[in-house]
Amino acid sequence: MSMKKPIYFDYSATTPVDPRVAEKMCHFLTMEDGLFGNAASRSHQYGWDAETAIEEARRNVALLIGADPREIVWTSGATESDNLAIKGVAQFYKKKGNHIITCKTEHKAVLDTCRHLEREGFEVTYLDPEENGLIDLAKLEAAMRDETILVSLMHVNNEIGVIQDVQAIGELCRGRKILFHVDAAQSCGKVAIDVDAMKIDLLSMSAHKIYGPKGMGALYVRRKPRVRLEAQMHGGGHERGMRSGTLATHQIVGMGEAFRLAREEMASESERLRMLRDRLLNGLSDIEEVYVNGDLERRVPHNLNISFNYVEGESLMMALADLAVSSGSACTSASLEPSYVLRALGRSDELAHSSIRFSIGRFTTEADVDHAIKLCHDKIQKLRDLSPLWDMHKEGIDLSTVQWSAH
Amino acid sequence: MAYSDKVMDHYENPRNVGSFDNDDAGVGTGMVGAPACGDVMRLQIKVSEEGVIEDACFKTYGCGSAIASSSLVTEWVKGKTLDEAAAIKNSDIAEELALPPVKIHCSVLAEDAIKAAITDYKSKH
Amino acid sequence: MVYLDHNATTPLDERVLEAMLPYLRERYGNPSSVHAAGREARSALEMAREQVAALVNAHPSQVIFTSGGTEANNAALKGFALGSTAARLVLGPTEHASIRRPAEALGRHGWQVGQVGCDADGVTCAQTLSQAVDDQTRLVSVMWANNESGAINPIAELAAVCRERGVPLHSDAVQAAGKLPLDFAASGLQLMSLSAHKLYGPKGAGALIVDKALGLEPLLHGGGQERERRGGTENVAAIVGFGRAAELAQAELVSRQQQTRTLRERFEQRLSAALPQAVIFATGAERLPNTSFFAVPPLEGRTLIMALDQRGFAVASGSACGSGQHEPSHVLKAMGVASAQAHGAVRVSFGQQNSDSDIERLITALVSQTKQLQGMGAATAWT
Repeated sequence: MSMKKPIYFDYSATTPVDPRVAEKMCHFLTMEDGLFGNAASRSHQYGWDAETAIEEARRNVALLIGADPREIVWTSGATESDNLAIKGVAQFYKKKGNHIITCKTEHKAVLDTCRHLEREGFEVTYLDPEENGLIDLAKLEAAMRDETILVSLMHVNNEIGVIQDVQAIGELCRGRKILFHVDAAQSCGKVAIDVDAMKIDLLSMSAHKIYGPKGMGALYVRRKPRVRLEAQMHGGGHERGMRSGTLATHQIVGMGEAFRLAREEMASESERLRMLRDRLLNGLSDIEEVYVNGDLERRVPHNLNISFNYVEGESLMMALADLAVSSGSACTSASLEPSYVLRALGRSDELAHSSIRFSIGRFTTEADVDHAIKLCHDKIQKLRDLSPLWDMHKEGIDLSTVQWSAH
Repeated sequence: MAYSDKVMDHYENPRNVGSFDNDDAGVGTGMVGAPACGDVMRLQIKVSEEGVIEDACFKTYGCGSAIASSSLVTEWVKGKTLDEAAAIKNSDIAEELALPPVKIHCSVLAEDAIKAAITDYKSKH
Repeated sequence: MVYLDHNATTPLDERVLEAMLPYLRERYGNPSSVHAAGREARSALEMAREQVAALVNAHPSQVIFTSGGTEANNAALKGFALGSTAARLVLGPTEHASIRRPAEALGRHGWQVGQVGCDADGVTCAQTLSQAVDDQTRLVSVMWANNESGAINPIAELAAVCRERGVPLHSDAVQAAGKLPLDFAASGLQLMSLSAHKLYGPKGAGALIVDKALGLEPLLHGGGQERERRGGTENVAAIVGFGRAAELAQAELVSRQQQTRTLRERFEQRLSAALPQAVIFATGAERLPNTSFFAVPPLEGRTLIMALDQRGFAVASGSACGSGQHEPSHVLKAMGVASAQAHGAVRVSFGQQNSDSDIERLITALVSQTKQLQGMGAATAWT
């Protein structure tokens, strides 16, 4: 068996830390550089040095989204940011109202948090997206009530890469004086974000989706008009009381550097990724019975989610073992359930099962893409030769009319 | 997901992939499973006048374990009488392929496919 | 600079950095991904889980990785409370803010928060606890060793009291881990919090050790990681670092204890000889071997700390998290230390890289600072 590593096409699950970021992080760890201090130590240089580095990182994160550094709260990742934003708002504003609006295709960090709040007595509306994965603004507006305190919608979907019109949603929420939370884990550093122009009140960010370290995230919390939160992690009163816990200096420095690099390189990088993605799409388009999932226009340049009809998802993953791809969200792909995102788009179980998400990134090359195209052609052919469904399709049988045996 | 070497072998080199003409009186076809459940197996047997399975073939839409289970049973049923073939148990298949608990249903499906093919053959006679 | 604040944080051990680096570079997979890159990260995570479990004699399945000690403490208290009807919670008298503040938050959600007492050394004994636990008590939380004074609580005895009453016991062992032998299985605890960066591991990783019989609601929802007990992509590199740091702490525990205890004893002898007015806190208790908490009346602690910083010594007044406050230490208050002495408190916590010469220089600095400050007649403690 070859020990060669599979080609990585799963940048939406996680990214490698950029070597420039890793280099910077390493200075904030050991005694050698003397920069390992606890930023909460106010009695010596070690603590002050850590604080200085953390504040520089805070400025870099704020700059990428057009925020003030004082509006950035460090967390352990986007999941914590989502939990803090949604539970924090719900608990603080519960006297004002008990209704929250979100969408069925949100990340589990949002959905599971909303489910938890339902058990605590909140009401949650889970909007259905359109077939292309986008939200119909009229449906969103229709779901808004007097008791609605929060709308939580993601900027870019992790599975299908579609970009919601957050600016229009922000206008709608602001007009109704409803707080607007955006899970931007998949969009930070990939799509321009301006929290003021987009009228976003809370925004979740992740470092490891944009070449920073795992275990690091941030939540943007608007100061004007001021958004209040009930803290979810209590303790030493770090982060102005909104999130306690010793700040992991090296992680924060890593996130700051990753966001700084993203700001500088986003424009040129997007162009290159779009070119590679289109090359991949063109290369796969001549396979019969392939379906792109999610809108192709309003979509990040690095994502291609595609279903190969009449082949089964798990055997497809096995066949494509030389490619590190994902079938559905990384967080749920350990289970055999079809992707709930694709199901919400109205895709059949079969097409949802046979979907592959290619997500390309900073270190993907043209040769990688060409290899993937060739491999897909070969393996899809092989699996279809094995597939009774493919035979039936070729014979012109409409599979939806077949009486399947239950099991 | 960790697969056994035997599953990998059958998945990489499936035995007896193909189709027989279902109009042939000596052919029995069993199709079990459903696309929505993630696996469909089609097992075909060719039975001699003495009631012995002379040949078998399959096509499967499903995971590696499902493909391996059906590939394996095409090997096993060949040369068996209908009664002997009908006696093949899913536990034998699961044991041979060292299927993990979450994949036991693949062996159940393969057993069902044998029975369905035999029933189909018998219905023609 | 001489770093003498190892209870606030420790520098990362070079060997730990070495273990972490591959996971910041080429082994970057998401442990939830099923492909090879994901599986590689997953197996690293599981190895770290075994290493952390081994350090405290727990089963690997009892380890829930968190973003640190604060999250572990919050997850213990709130996770337990969410799965129970509001009743009474009893805390130790000298708990860290990451126990006291979540308890206050629970207080706003219908929980009654009680506090058990301690002796003049800050130690809570079984009898004292026994009086504080009533029929309404659903959970008790007492730290294993105190971050400021280093005083060690008799956890097994406290656990026996709790077991008798059928109440689970949580212990914040953030300061104890790596400095004392810990045995979760034998301790009788149901919950225990750990942190990596106090034992030469990285910041941003910690763990909550949970007895499987205890149902906890997750603090972070979403994604189903850590067997549905803590959502969020795992901080693989930091967790790998935590595992390696735990392994080293276990292997080197005795030598580390001896090394820091020798330094601490030497320091305290020299301090008492050079400045007879010095008061050392909690000396009647079993203490963490590396910690010395003292005052040099009538000097004010903050002034002394700043002066020492100018001379290149990093020391603390107590908990780093509370360092911004002018309040005297709540730990000394609980011990019944007079406010004048409490305002003079300085904490020195030794680590692997300290040496005898650090102590000599510290004593020299302390003596000359004392003379200088007293000579100026300034910055004496409140009377």
